[in-house]
Amino acid sequence: MAALNLTINGDRLETAAPDHWTLLEVLRYRLGLTGSKQGCDKGDCGACTVLLDGQPVLACLTLAGLAQGRAVTTIEGLMPAHAREGKSGADPVQDAFDRCGALQCGFCQPGMILSARALLNANAHPTRAQIRAALAGNLCRCTGYTQIVEAVEYAVAVAAGVEPAPRAWETPRARLTDIEEQGTRRPSGQARP
Amino acid sequence: MKSFEYLQPTTLEEALAALPTSRDPKERERVRLIAGGQDLLTEMKEHLAEPDLVVDLKRIEGLDKIRVQSDGSLVIGATCTLAALEEHAHVREHFAVLSRAAGSVGSTQIRSVASVGGNLCQRPRCWYYRSEQIPCIKKGGAECFAYSGLNKYNAILGGGPSYIVHPSDLAPALVALGAEITLRSATQQRILPLERFFTLPSEGRVQQENDLGPGEMVVELKVPSLPAGAGTWRSDYFKVRERGSYDFALAALALALLVDDGTIRGARLCLGAVAPIPWRADKAEALLVGRKVDDEACRLAGEAALAGARPLEHNGYKLDLTRGLISKALRQLASS
Ligand SMILES: Cc1cc2nc3c(=O)[nH]c(=O)nc-3n(C[C@H](O)[C@H](O)[C@H](O)COP(=O)(O)OP(=O)(O)OC[C@H]3O[C@@H](n4cnc5c(N)ncnc54)[C@H](O)[C@@H]3O)c2cc1C
Ligand code: SF4
Ligand code: FES
Ligand code: FES
Repeated sequence: MAALNLTINGDRLETAAPDHWTLLEVLRYRLGLTGSKQGCDKGDCGACTVLLDGQPVLACLTLAGLAQGRAVTTIEGLMPAHAREGKSGADPVQDAFDRCGALQCGFCQPGMILSARALLNANAHPTRAQIRAALAGNLCRCTGYTQIVEAVEYAVAVAAGVEPAPRAWETPRARLTDIEEQGTRRPSGQARP
Repeated sequence: MKSFEYLQPTTLEEALAALPTSRDPKERERVRLIAGGQDLLTEMKEHLAEPDLVVDLKRIEGLDKIRVQSDGSLVIGATCTLAALEEHAHVREHFAVLSRAAGSVGSTQIRSVASVGGNLCQRPRCWYYRSEQIPCIKKGGAECFAYSGLNKYNAILGGGPSYIVHPSDLAPALVALGAEITLRSATQQRILPLERFFTLPSEGRVQQENDLGPGEMVVELKVPSLPAGAGTWRSDYFKVRERGSYDFALAALALALLVDDGTIRGARLCLGAVAPIPWRADKAEALLVGRKVDDEACRLAGEAALAGARPLEHNGYKLDLTRGLISKALRQLASS
Protein backbone atom coordinates (compact mmCIF):
# COMPACT_ATOMS: atom_id res chain seq x y z
CA MET A 1 0.00 0.00 0.00
CA ALA A 2 1.30 3.43 -0.89
CA ALA A 3 -0.09 6.88 -0.23
CA LEU A 4 -0.95 8.68 -3.45
CA ASN A 5 -1.19 12.42 -3.94
CA LEU A 6 -3.04 12.99 -7.16
CA THR A 7 -4.34 16.05 -8.95
CA ILE A 8 -7.49 15.04 -10.76
CA ASN A 9 -9.61 17.49 -12.72
CA GLY A 10 -7.95 20.29 -10.78
CA ASP A 11 -8.66 18.78 -7.35
CA ARG A 12 -5.86 17.60 -5.09
CA LEU A 13 -6.80 14.21 -3.73
CA GLU A 14 -5.12 11.96 -1.23
CA THR A 15 -5.73 8.26 -1.38
CA ALA A 16 -3.84 5.00 -0.97
CA ALA A 17 -3.58 1.93 -3.15
CA PRO A 18 -1.26 -1.04 -3.64
CA ASP A 19 1.84 -0.21 -5.72
CA HIS A 20 0.73 -2.38 -8.61
CA TRP A 21 -2.60 -0.61 -9.13
CA THR A 22 -3.04 1.28 -12.36
CA LEU A 23 -4.35 4.81 -12.58
CA LEU A 24 -7.55 3.33 -14.05
CA GLU A 25 -8.08 1.11 -11.00
CA VAL A 26 -7.49 4.01 -8.63
CA LEU A 27 -9.88 6.26 -10.56
CA ARG A 28 -12.65 3.69 -10.69
CA TYR A 29 -12.27 1.69 -7.49
CA ARG A 30 -10.82 4.21 -5.04
CA LEU A 31 -12.19 7.52 -6.25
CA GLY A 32 -15.47 6.43 -7.79
CA LEU A 33 -14.66 8.16 -11.09
CA THR A 34 -16.18 5.50 -13.31
CA GLY A 35 -16.32 7.64 -16.45
CA SER A 36 -12.99 6.14 -17.56
CA LYS A 37 -13.91 2.72 -18.87
CA GLN A 38 -12.14 -0.57 -18.36
CA GLY A 39 -12.48 -2.24 -21.76
CA CYS A 40 -9.61 -4.52 -22.66
CA ASP A 41 -7.33 -3.49 -19.79
CA LYS A 42 -4.29 -4.05 -22.02
CA GLY A 43 -3.83 -1.11 -24.33
CA ASP A 44 -5.95 -2.20 -27.27
CA CYS A 45 -9.22 -0.25 -27.05
CA GLY A 46 -8.62 3.28 -25.71
CA ALA A 47 -11.78 3.27 -23.53
CA CYS A 48 -9.62 4.19 -20.51
CA THR A 49 -8.02 7.24 -22.18
CA VAL A 50 -7.36 10.15 -19.81
CA LEU A 51 -5.19 13.24 -20.21
CA LEU A 52 -1.92 13.41 -18.29
CA ASP A 53 -0.55 16.97 -18.41
CA GLY A 54 -2.77 17.38 -21.46
CA GLN A 55 -1.46 14.32 -23.34
CA PRO A 56 -3.80 11.39 -24.01
CA VAL A 57 -2.62 8.24 -22.23
CA LEU A 58 -4.08 4.84 -21.44
CA ALA A 59 -4.99 4.76 -17.75
CA CYS A 60 -4.97 0.94 -17.84
CA LEU A 61 -1.26 1.01 -18.78
CA THR A 62 -0.24 3.76 -16.37
CA LEU A 63 0.84 2.90 -12.84
CA ALA A 64 -0.96 5.15 -10.41
CA GLY A 65 2.36 6.15 -8.81
CA LEU A 66 3.47 7.60 -12.11
CA ALA A 67 0.58 10.06 -12.17
CA GLN A 68 1.69 11.76 -8.95
CA GLY A 69 2.69 15.38 -9.42
CA ARG A 70 0.97 15.54 -12.80
CA ALA A 71 -2.41 16.87 -13.87
CA VAL A 72 -4.94 14.15 -14.66
CA THR A 73 -8.05 15.04 -16.65
CA THR A 74 -10.89 12.54 -16.87
CA ILE A 75 -14.20 12.83 -18.67
CA GLU A 76 -15.77 14.03 -15.41
CA GLY A 77 -13.48 17.07 -15.53
CA LEU A 78 -14.36 18.46 -18.96
CA MET A 79 -17.61 20.22 -18.07
CA PRO A 80 -16.31 21.80 -14.84
CA ALA A 81 -13.20 23.00 -16.71
CA HIS A 82 -15.46 24.55 -19.33
CA ALA A 83 -17.50 26.22 -16.57
CA ARG A 84 -14.32 27.53 -14.92
CA GLU A 85 -13.62 29.41 -18.15
CA GLY A 86 -16.91 31.16 -17.54
CA LYS A 87 -18.75 29.28 -20.28
CA SER A 88 -22.01 27.44 -19.97
CA GLY A 89 -23.07 23.96 -21.01
CA ALA A 90 -20.88 21.00 -21.86
CA ASP A 91 -17.41 21.06 -23.40
CA PRO A 92 -17.86 21.79 -27.13
CA VAL A 93 -16.54 18.33 -28.02
CA GLN A 94 -19.08 16.68 -25.73
CA ASP A 95 -21.78 18.89 -27.20
CA ALA A 96 -20.75 17.97 -30.76
CA PHE A 97 -20.83 14.23 -29.97
CA ASP A 98 -24.31 14.74 -28.61
CA ARG A 99 -25.56 16.71 -31.62
CA CYS A 100 -24.04 14.36 -34.17
CA GLY A 101 -25.33 11.18 -32.55
CA ALA A 102 -21.77 9.94 -32.29
CA LEU A 103 -22.62 7.10 -29.97
CA GLN A 104 -24.74 4.05 -29.50
CA CYS A 105 -23.84 2.16 -26.35
CA GLY A 106 -21.50 4.99 -25.31
CA PHE A 107 -18.77 2.82 -23.84
CA CYS A 108 -16.05 4.22 -26.11
CA GLN A 109 -17.24 7.79 -25.73
CA PRO A 110 -15.28 9.11 -22.74
CA GLY A 111 -12.04 7.93 -24.35
CA MET A 112 -13.02 9.19 -27.79
CA ILE A 113 -13.93 12.61 -26.43
CA LEU A 114 -10.69 12.96 -24.48
CA SER A 115 -8.59 11.92 -27.50
CA ALA A 116 -10.49 14.46 -29.59
CA ARG A 117 -10.11 17.13 -26.89
CA ALA A 118 -6.33 16.59 -26.82
CA LEU A 119 -6.18 16.83 -30.62
CA LEU A 120 -8.13 20.08 -30.73
CA ASN A 121 -6.04 21.59 -27.93
CA ALA A 122 -2.93 20.95 -30.03
CA ASN A 123 -4.41 21.62 -33.46
CA ALA A 124 -7.54 23.73 -33.81
CA HIS A 125 -8.02 22.94 -37.51
CA PRO A 126 -7.22 19.26 -38.07
CA THR A 127 -7.87 17.61 -41.42
CA ARG A 128 -10.08 14.54 -41.59
CA ALA A 129 -6.95 12.40 -41.90
CA GLN A 130 -5.49 13.99 -38.76
CA ILE A 131 -8.73 13.36 -36.88
CA ARG A 132 -8.72 9.73 -37.92
CA ALA A 133 -5.07 9.34 -36.93
CA ALA A 134 -5.66 10.95 -33.52
CA LEU A 135 -8.59 8.63 -32.82
CA ALA A 136 -6.95 5.50 -34.25
CA GLY A 137 -6.35 4.08 -30.77
CA ASN A 138 -10.00 4.42 -29.73
CA LEU A 139 -12.08 1.48 -30.85
CA CYS A 140 -15.86 1.64 -31.21
CA ARG A 141 -17.84 -1.50 -31.82
CA CYS A 142 -21.15 0.27 -32.51
CA THR A 143 -21.10 3.42 -34.61
CA GLY A 144 -18.93 2.63 -37.60
CA TYR A 145 -16.95 5.81 -36.77
CA THR A 146 -18.55 8.09 -39.37
CA GLN A 147 -20.55 10.12 -36.85
CA ILE A 148 -17.57 10.27 -34.51
CA VAL A 149 -15.32 11.87 -37.13
CA GLU A 150 -18.19 14.18 -38.06
CA ALA A 151 -18.64 15.19 -34.44
CA VAL A 152 -15.02 16.29 -34.22
CA GLU A 153 -15.41 18.22 -37.47
CA TYR A 154 -18.56 19.77 -36.05
CA ALA A 155 -16.68 20.91 -32.93
CA VAL A 156 -13.94 22.38 -35.14
CA ALA A 157 -16.50 24.31 -37.20
CA VAL A 158 -18.29 25.63 -34.12
CA ALA A 159 -15.00 26.76 -32.55
CA ALA A 160 -14.06 28.52 -35.80
CA GLY A 161 -17.49 30.18 -35.97
CA VAL A 162 -18.35 28.67 -39.37
CA GLU A 163 -21.42 26.73 -40.43
CA PRO A 164 -20.82 22.98 -39.77
CA ALA A 165 -20.98 20.79 -42.89
CA PRO A 166 -24.16 18.71 -43.22
CA ARG A 167 -23.90 15.41 -41.39
CA ALA A 168 -23.98 12.06 -43.19
CA TRP A 169 -27.56 11.17 -42.32
CA GLU A 170 -28.71 14.55 -43.57
CA THR A 171 -27.30 13.95 -47.08
CA PRO A 172 -27.34 10.31 -48.15
CA ARG A 173 -25.64 11.11 -51.49
CA ALA A 174 -22.71 12.86 -49.89
CA ARG A 175 -22.28 9.94 -47.55
CA LEU A 176 -21.95 7.46 -50.39
CA THR A 177 -19.25 9.52 -52.09
CA ASP A 178 -17.45 9.84 -48.82
CA ILE A 179 -17.43 6.10 -48.27
CA GLU A 180 -16.28 5.48 -51.83
CA GLU A 181 -13.41 7.88 -51.40
CA GLN A 182 -12.27 6.09 -48.32
CA GLY A 183 -12.31 2.92 -50.38
CA THR A 184 -14.05 0.89 -47.71
CA ARG A 185 -17.19 0.12 -49.67
CA ARG A 186 -18.55 0.64 -53.17
CA PRO A 187 -22.15 0.71 -54.35
CA SER A 188 -22.90 -2.67 -55.89
CA GLY A 189 -22.59 -2.99 -59.64
CA GLN A 190 -20.07 -0.20 -59.96
CA ALA A 191 -16.72 -1.10 -61.43
CA ARG A 192 -13.47 -0.41 -59.62
CA PRO A 193 -11.99 2.89 -60.73
CA MET B 1 -0.92 -8.44 -11.71
CA LYS B 2 1.27 -9.62 -8.84
CA SER B 3 2.14 -6.88 -6.36
CA PHE B 4 5.65 -5.46 -6.32
CA GLU B 5 7.77 -2.77 -4.78
CA TYR B 6 8.05 0.39 -6.83
CA LEU B 7 11.24 2.43 -6.92
CA GLN B 8 11.40 5.86 -8.54
CA PRO B 9 15.09 6.80 -8.62
CA THR B 10 16.16 10.26 -9.75
CA THR B 11 19.70 9.30 -10.81
CA LEU B 12 21.08 6.68 -13.17
CA GLU B 13 23.43 5.41 -10.44
CA GLU B 14 20.52 4.71 -8.13
CA ALA B 15 18.65 2.82 -10.85
CA LEU B 16 21.72 0.75 -11.79
CA ALA B 17 22.43 -0.11 -8.17
CA ALA B 18 18.98 -1.72 -7.94
CA LEU B 19 19.67 -4.14 -10.81
CA PRO B 20 20.81 -7.67 -9.88
CA THR B 21 24.20 -8.62 -11.33
CA SER B 22 23.61 -12.36 -11.10
CA ARG B 23 23.69 -14.43 -14.30
CA ASP B 24 20.85 -16.59 -13.01
CA PRO B 25 17.78 -15.71 -15.12
CA LYS B 26 15.46 -16.23 -12.13
CA GLU B 27 17.44 -13.77 -10.05
CA ARG B 28 17.52 -11.23 -12.93
CA GLU B 29 13.76 -11.52 -13.42
CA ARG B 30 13.18 -10.34 -9.86
CA VAL B 31 13.82 -6.75 -10.93
CA ARG B 32 12.42 -5.08 -14.03
CA LEU B 33 12.93 -1.62 -15.45
CA ILE B 34 9.89 0.33 -16.52
CA ALA B 35 9.85 3.36 -18.82
CA GLY B 36 6.51 3.89 -20.59
CA GLY B 37 5.25 0.54 -19.35
CA GLN B 38 3.34 0.01 -22.60
CA ASP B 39 4.90 -3.42 -23.01
CA LEU B 40 5.92 -4.38 -19.48
CA LEU B 41 2.49 -3.81 -17.94
CA THR B 42 0.84 -6.00 -20.57
CA GLU B 43 3.38 -8.72 -19.72
CA MET B 44 2.76 -8.33 -16.01
CA LYS B 45 -1.01 -8.50 -16.43
CA GLU B 46 -0.57 -11.81 -18.28
CA HIS B 47 1.83 -13.07 -15.58
CA LEU B 48 4.64 -13.37 -18.14
CA ALA B 49 6.70 -11.06 -15.94
CA GLU B 50 6.32 -11.13 -12.17
CA PRO B 51 9.04 -8.92 -10.72
CA ASP B 52 9.37 -8.23 -7.00
CA LEU B 53 10.80 -4.79 -7.72
CA VAL B 54 9.94 -2.40 -10.56
CA VAL B 55 12.39 0.43 -11.19
CA ASP B 56 10.88 3.45 -12.93
CA LEU B 57 13.28 5.32 -15.23
CA LYS B 58 11.04 8.30 -15.96
CA ARG B 59 12.25 10.48 -13.11
CA ILE B 60 15.92 10.31 -14.07
CA GLU B 61 16.93 13.81 -15.05
CA GLY B 62 18.02 14.28 -18.66
CA LEU B 63 17.56 10.64 -19.75
CA ASP B 64 14.69 11.68 -22.04
CA LYS B 65 16.62 14.26 -24.06
CA ILE B 66 17.39 14.36 -27.78
CA ARG B 67 20.66 16.18 -28.37
CA VAL B 68 21.79 17.35 -31.80
CA GLN B 69 25.61 17.36 -31.96
CA SER B 70 27.62 19.97 -33.88
CA ASP B 71 28.13 17.48 -36.75
CA GLY B 72 24.38 16.98 -37.06
CA SER B 73 24.40 13.53 -35.43
CA LEU B 74 21.89 12.64 -32.71
CA VAL B 75 22.12 11.38 -29.18
CA ILE B 76 18.77 10.05 -28.00
CA GLY B 77 18.22 9.27 -24.32
CA ALA B 78 16.61 5.93 -23.44
CA THR B 79 13.45 7.45 -21.95
CA CYS B 80 12.80 9.86 -24.82
CA THR B 81 9.19 9.31 -25.87
CA LEU B 82 8.21 8.17 -29.35
CA ALA B 83 5.98 11.25 -29.67
CA ALA B 84 8.95 13.55 -28.95
CA LEU B 85 11.13 11.64 -31.41
CA GLU B 86 8.48 11.73 -34.13
CA GLU B 87 7.94 15.47 -33.77
CA HIS B 88 11.55 16.63 -33.35
CA ALA B 89 12.27 19.11 -36.16
CA HIS B 90 15.90 18.04 -36.80
CA VAL B 91 14.91 14.37 -36.77
CA ARG B 92 12.11 15.04 -39.24
CA GLU B 93 14.38 16.90 -41.60
CA HIS B 94 17.53 14.77 -41.49
CA PHE B 95 16.40 11.36 -40.21
CA ALA B 96 12.92 11.09 -41.74
CA VAL B 97 12.96 7.29 -41.50
CA LEU B 98 13.30 7.52 -37.72
CA SER B 99 10.51 10.05 -37.28
CA ARG B 100 8.23 7.99 -39.51
CA ALA B 101 9.06 4.72 -37.74
CA ALA B 102 8.31 6.33 -34.36
CA GLY B 103 5.02 7.66 -35.74
CA SER B 104 4.02 4.18 -36.91
CA VAL B 105 4.12 2.62 -33.43
CA GLY B 106 0.78 1.82 -31.78
CA SER B 107 -1.68 4.64 -31.15
CA THR B 108 -1.39 8.30 -30.11
CA GLN B 109 -1.89 7.32 -26.48
CA ILE B 110 0.88 4.74 -26.61
CA ARG B 111 3.37 7.02 -28.37
CA SER B 112 2.84 9.80 -25.87
CA VAL B 113 4.48 7.69 -23.13
CA ALA B 114 6.33 4.81 -24.86
CA SER B 115 10.12 5.20 -24.77
CA VAL B 116 12.91 4.54 -27.22
CA GLY B 117 14.72 2.15 -24.83
CA GLY B 118 11.51 0.28 -24.08
CA ASN B 119 10.70 0.00 -27.77
CA LEU B 120 14.07 -1.66 -28.48
CA CYS B 121 13.83 -3.96 -25.43
CA GLN B 122 10.14 -4.92 -25.80
CA ARG B 123 9.35 -8.64 -25.74
CA PRO B 124 7.98 -10.67 -28.70
CA ARG B 125 4.33 -10.71 -29.75
CA CYS B 126 4.21 -14.40 -30.81
CA TRP B 127 0.83 -15.47 -29.45
CA TYR B 128 2.22 -18.65 -27.95
CA TYR B 129 4.71 -16.57 -26.01
CA ARG B 130 1.99 -14.15 -24.90
CA SER B 131 -0.23 -16.94 -23.63
CA GLU B 132 0.60 -17.66 -20.00
CA GLN B 133 -0.34 -21.33 -20.31
CA ILE B 134 2.05 -22.25 -23.13
CA PRO B 135 5.57 -23.29 -22.08
CA CYS B 136 7.38 -22.70 -25.38
CA ILE B 137 11.15 -22.48 -25.87
CA LYS B 138 11.06 -18.71 -25.31
CA LYS B 139 9.84 -19.39 -21.78
CA GLY B 140 12.29 -22.19 -21.05
CA GLY B 141 10.20 -25.03 -22.49
CA ALA B 142 11.27 -27.60 -25.05
CA GLU B 143 9.11 -26.86 -28.07
CA CYS B 144 8.37 -24.02 -30.49
CA PHE B 145 4.62 -24.24 -30.91
CA ALA B 146 4.60 -21.69 -33.72
CA TYR B 147 6.88 -23.87 -35.85
CA SER B 148 4.29 -26.63 -36.12
CA GLY B 149 1.22 -24.54 -35.28
CA LEU B 150 -0.21 -21.20 -36.38
CA ASN B 151 2.65 -19.16 -37.74
CA LYS B 152 1.13 -16.50 -39.99
CA TYR B 153 3.00 -13.71 -38.14
CA ASN B 154 6.27 -15.52 -37.53
CA ALA B 155 9.73 -15.35 -39.08
CA ILE B 156 10.68 -16.23 -42.65
CA LEU B 157 14.36 -15.43 -42.10
CA GLY B 158 16.82 -16.29 -39.34
CA GLY B 159 14.38 -18.46 -37.39
CA GLY B 160 15.11 -21.48 -35.18
CA PRO B 161 14.81 -22.74 -32.55
CA SER B 162 12.37 -19.85 -31.87
CA TYR B 163 10.63 -18.22 -34.84
CA ILE B 164 9.58 -14.87 -33.38
CA VAL B 165 9.82 -11.69 -35.39
CA HIS B 166 11.28 -8.71 -33.60
CA PRO B 167 8.29 -6.42 -32.96
CA SER B 168 10.11 -3.08 -32.75
CA ASP B 169 9.48 -0.46 -35.43
CA LEU B 170 12.36 1.73 -34.28
CA ALA B 171 14.92 -1.06 -34.55
CA PRO B 172 14.97 -1.35 -38.39
CA ALA B 173 15.12 2.45 -38.74
CA LEU B 174 17.98 2.83 -36.26
CA VAL B 175 19.90 -0.13 -37.73
CA ALA B 176 19.53 1.30 -41.25
CA LEU B 177 20.96 4.58 -39.96
CA GLY B 178 23.97 2.80 -38.44
CA ALA B 179 23.09 3.73 -34.84
CA GLU B 180 25.20 2.72 -31.84
CA ILE B 181 23.71 1.77 -28.50
CA THR B 182 25.20 2.64 -25.13
CA LEU B 183 24.68 0.11 -22.34
CA ARG B 184 25.64 0.80 -18.78
CA SER B 185 25.89 -1.21 -15.57
CA ALA B 186 26.95 -0.05 -12.12
CA THR B 187 30.56 -0.86 -13.02
CA GLN B 188 31.02 -0.44 -16.76
CA GLN B 189 29.81 1.11 -19.99
CA ARG B 190 29.72 -0.55 -23.43
CA ILE B 191 29.00 0.99 -26.81
CA LEU B 192 28.14 -1.34 -29.64
CA PRO B 193 26.58 -1.13 -33.09
CA LEU B 194 22.83 -1.54 -32.61
CA GLU B 195 22.94 -4.25 -35.28
CA ARG B 196 25.07 -6.37 -32.92
CA PHE B 197 22.84 -5.67 -29.90
CA PHE B 198 20.06 -7.86 -31.29
CA THR B 199 20.75 -11.60 -31.17
CA LEU B 200 19.31 -14.55 -33.07
CA PRO B 201 17.74 -17.37 -31.04
CA SER B 202 20.33 -19.71 -32.55
CA GLU B 203 23.09 -17.63 -30.99
CA GLY B 204 22.44 -19.24 -27.64
CA ARG B 205 20.20 -17.01 -25.57
CA VAL B 206 16.80 -18.13 -26.79
CA GLN B 207 14.98 -16.50 -23.90
CA GLN B 208 16.38 -13.09 -24.71
CA GLU B 209 16.25 -10.98 -27.90
CA ASN B 210 19.40 -8.97 -27.28
CA ASP B 211 22.82 -8.85 -25.70
CA LEU B 212 21.79 -7.01 -22.53
CA GLY B 213 23.95 -8.45 -19.74
CA PRO B 214 23.26 -8.81 -16.02
CA GLY B 215 22.91 -5.42 -14.34
CA GLU B 216 22.91 -3.57 -17.67
CA MET B 217 20.46 -1.09 -19.10
CA VAL B 218 20.18 0.97 -22.26
CA VAL B 219 21.14 4.59 -21.63
CA GLU B 220 21.29 6.17 -25.06
CA LEU B 221 21.44 5.77 -28.83
CA LYS B 222 23.92 7.58 -31.05
CA VAL B 223 22.77 8.15 -34.60
CA PRO B 224 25.46 9.38 -37.02
CA SER B 225 24.58 11.64 -39.93
CA LEU B 226 24.39 9.81 -43.24
CA PRO B 227 27.73 10.21 -45.07
CA ALA B 228 27.90 13.20 -47.41
CA GLY B 229 28.07 12.39 -51.12
CA ALA B 230 26.87 13.55 -54.49
CA GLY B 231 23.10 13.98 -54.41
CA THR B 232 20.76 13.98 -51.44
CA TRP B 233 19.76 11.30 -48.96
CA ARG B 234 16.08 10.53 -48.68
CA SER B 235 14.70 8.09 -46.20
CA ASP B 236 11.39 6.68 -45.11
CA TYR B 237 9.79 3.85 -43.15
CA PHE B 238 7.37 1.57 -44.98
CA LYS B 239 5.12 -0.58 -42.82
CA VAL B 240 2.44 -3.00 -43.94
CA ARG B 241 -0.13 -3.94 -41.33
CA GLU B 242 -3.33 -5.89 -41.37
CA ARG B 243 -5.35 -3.07 -39.89
CA GLY B 244 -5.03 0.57 -40.91
CA SER B 245 -5.67 2.22 -37.54
CA TYR B 246 -2.75 0.81 -35.55
CA ASP B 247 -1.01 -2.54 -35.61
CA PHE B 248 2.28 -4.35 -35.51
CA ALA B 249 3.90 -4.84 -38.93
CA LEU B 250 3.35 -7.83 -41.18
CA ALA B 251 6.49 -6.63 -42.95
CA ALA B 252 8.36 -3.36 -42.75
CA LEU B 253 11.25 -1.67 -44.48
CA ALA B 254 13.52 1.13 -43.33
CA LEU B 255 15.09 2.60 -46.45
CA ALA B 256 17.55 5.42 -47.07
CA LEU B 257 18.78 6.26 -50.56
CA LEU B 258 21.41 8.69 -51.80
CA VAL B 259 20.25 9.55 -55.28
CA ASP B 260 22.17 11.69 -57.76
CA ASP B 261 20.49 12.47 -61.05
CA GLY B 262 18.49 9.23 -60.95
CA THR B 263 21.45 7.04 -60.01
CA ILE B 264 21.75 5.44 -56.57
CA ARG B 265 25.01 6.42 -54.86
CA GLY B 266 24.27 4.98 -51.47
CA ALA B 267 21.62 2.70 -49.96
CA ARG B 268 20.57 1.45 -46.52
CA LEU B 269 17.92 -1.26 -46.22
CA CYS B 270 16.72 -2.96 -43.09
CA LEU B 271 13.65 -5.20 -42.92
CA GLY B 272 11.35 -5.46 -39.92
CA ALA B 273 8.84 -8.14 -38.85
CA VAL B 274 10.40 -10.89 -40.98
CA ALA B 275 13.11 -12.21 -38.61
CA PRO B 276 13.92 -12.46 -34.89
CA ILE B 277 16.18 -9.42 -35.33
CA PRO B 278 15.98 -6.33 -37.55
CA TRP B 279 17.23 -7.79 -40.84
CA ARG B 280 19.90 -5.64 -42.49
CA ALA B 281 19.99 -6.34 -46.23
CA ASP B 282 23.62 -5.41 -46.92
CA LYS B 283 23.89 -7.43 -50.14
CA ALA B 284 20.90 -5.57 -51.55
CA GLU B 285 22.48 -2.29 -50.49
CA ALA B 286 25.73 -3.11 -52.31
CA LEU B 287 24.11 -4.15 -55.57
CA LEU B 288 21.89 -1.08 -55.75
CA VAL B 289 24.83 1.34 -55.78
CA GLY B 290 25.50 2.63 -59.29
CA ARG B 291 22.10 1.55 -60.61
CA LYS B 292 18.98 3.43 -61.55
CA VAL B 293 15.74 2.31 -59.92
CA ASP B 294 14.11 0.15 -62.59
CA ASP B 295 12.37 -3.26 -62.71
CA GLU B 296 15.69 -5.08 -62.73
CA ALA B 297 17.07 -3.19 -59.72
CA CYS B 298 13.87 -3.80 -57.73
CA ARG B 299 13.88 -7.50 -58.58
CA LEU B 300 17.54 -7.96 -57.68
CA ALA B 301 17.20 -6.03 -54.42
CA GLY B 302 14.20 -8.12 -53.41
CA GLU B 303 16.03 -11.34 -54.23
CA ALA B 304 19.15 -10.32 -52.33
CA ALA B 305 17.22 -9.11 -49.28
CA LEU B 306 15.26 -12.35 -49.03
CA ALA B 307 18.12 -14.73 -49.85
CA GLY B 308 17.89 -17.77 -47.59
CA ALA B 309 14.27 -17.16 -46.61
CA ARG B 310 12.44 -20.27 -45.42
CA PRO B 311 8.78 -19.53 -44.82
CA LEU B 312 6.71 -21.68 -42.47
CA GLU B 313 3.32 -23.18 -43.32
CA HIS B 314 1.23 -19.98 -43.02
CA ASN B 315 3.61 -17.13 -43.74
CA GLY B 316 4.73 -17.68 -47.33
CA TYR B 317 2.81 -14.52 -48.22
CA LYS B 318 5.54 -12.51 -46.49
CA LEU B 319 7.88 -13.26 -49.41
CA ASP B 320 5.67 -11.53 -51.99
CA LEU B 321 4.72 -8.85 -49.52
CA THR B 322 8.34 -7.99 -48.74
CA ARG B 323 9.41 -8.06 -52.39
CA GLY B 324 6.53 -5.76 -53.26
CA LEU B 325 7.37 -3.47 -50.37
CA ILE B 326 11.02 -3.17 -51.44
CA SER B 327 10.02 -2.40 -55.00
CA LYS B 328 7.41 0.17 -54.00
CA ALA B 329 9.74 1.83 -51.51
CA LEU B 330 12.65 2.09 -53.96
CA ARG B 331 10.45 3.67 -56.63
CA GLN B 332 8.81 6.02 -54.20
CA LEU B 333 12.05 7.31 -52.71
CA ALA B 334 13.90 7.53 -56.02
CA SER B 335 11.16 9.64 -57.57
CA SER B 336 10.36 11.85 -54.59
C1 LIG C 1 -1.87 -1.92 -28.30
C2 LIG C 1 -0.39 -1.90 -28.50
C3 LIG C 1 0.14 -1.67 -29.77
C4 LIG C 1 1.51 -1.62 -29.96
N1 LIG C 1 1.99 -1.40 -31.22
C5 LIG C 1 3.33 -1.36 -31.44
C6 LIG C 1 3.86 -1.12 -32.75
O1 LIG C 1 3.12 -0.93 -33.72
N2 LIG C 1 5.20 -1.10 -32.90
C7 LIG C 1 6.06 -1.28 -31.87
O2 LIG C 1 7.28 -1.22 -32.06
N3 LIG C 1 5.60 -1.52 -30.62
C8 LIG C 1 4.26 -1.55 -30.36
N4 LIG C 1 3.78 -1.80 -29.10
C9 LIG C 1 4.72 -2.17 -28.02
C10 LIG C 1 5.13 -1.05 -27.06
O3 LIG C 1 4.09 -0.24 -26.71
C11 LIG C 1 6.18 -0.15 -27.64
O4 LIG C 1 7.18 -0.93 -28.16
C12 LIG C 1 6.78 0.84 -26.66
O5 LIG C 1 7.73 1.61 -27.34
C13 LIG C 1 7.47 0.22 -25.46
O6 LIG C 1 8.13 1.26 -24.76
P1 LIG C 1 7.87 1.51 -23.21
O7 LIG C 1 8.73 2.63 -22.80
O8 LIG C 1 6.44 1.63 -22.93
O9 LIG C 1 8.45 0.14 -22.65
P2 LIG C 1 8.29 -0.56 -21.23
O10 LIG C 1 7.05 -1.36 -21.23
O11 LIG C 1 8.52 0.39 -20.14
O12 LIG C 1 9.54 -1.54 -21.33
C14 LIG C 1 9.59 -2.57 -22.32
C15 LIG C 1 10.67 -3.57 -21.93
O13 LIG C 1 11.96 -2.97 -22.01
C16 LIG C 1 12.61 -2.96 -20.75
N5 LIG C 1 13.26 -1.66 -20.66
C17 LIG C 1 12.66 -0.44 -20.68
N6 LIG C 1 13.58 0.54 -20.69
C18 LIG C 1 14.78 -0.07 -20.69
C19 LIG C 1 16.14 0.41 -20.69
N7 LIG C 1 16.43 1.71 -20.73
N8 LIG C 1 17.14 -0.50 -20.67
C20 LIG C 1 16.87 -1.83 -20.65
N9 LIG C 1 15.62 -2.34 -20.65
C21 LIG C 1 14.59 -1.46 -20.67
C22 LIG C 1 11.52 -3.23 -19.73
O14 LIG C 1 12.01 -3.89 -18.59
C23 LIG C 1 10.55 -4.07 -20.52
O15 LIG C 1 10.94 -5.42 -20.51
C24 LIG C 1 2.40 -1.82 -28.87
C25 LIG C 1 1.87 -2.04 -27.59
C26 LIG C 1 0.50 -2.07 -27.39
C27 LIG C 1 -0.03 -2.30 -26.02
S1 SF4 D 1 8.27 -18.59 -32.08
FE1 SF4 D 1 9.39 -18.36 -30.13
S2 SF4 D 1 7.85 -17.41 -28.82
FE2 SF4 D 1 6.70 -18.33 -30.52
S3 SF4 D 1 6.16 -20.42 -29.87
FE3 SF4 D 1 8.12 -20.54 -30.96
S4 SF4 D 1 9.63 -20.44 -29.27
FE4 SF4 D 1 7.72 -19.62 -28.45
S1 FES E 1 -8.98 -0.42 -21.18
FE1 FES E 1 -7.15 0.67 -21.53
S2 FES E 1 -6.87 0.43 -23.67
FE2 FES E 1 -8.62 -0.84 -23.30
S1 FES F 1 -20.76 3.57 -29.07
FE1 FES F 1 -20.61 1.50 -28.40
S2 FES F 1 -18.41 1.24 -28.42
FE2 FES F 1 -18.64 3.15 -29.38
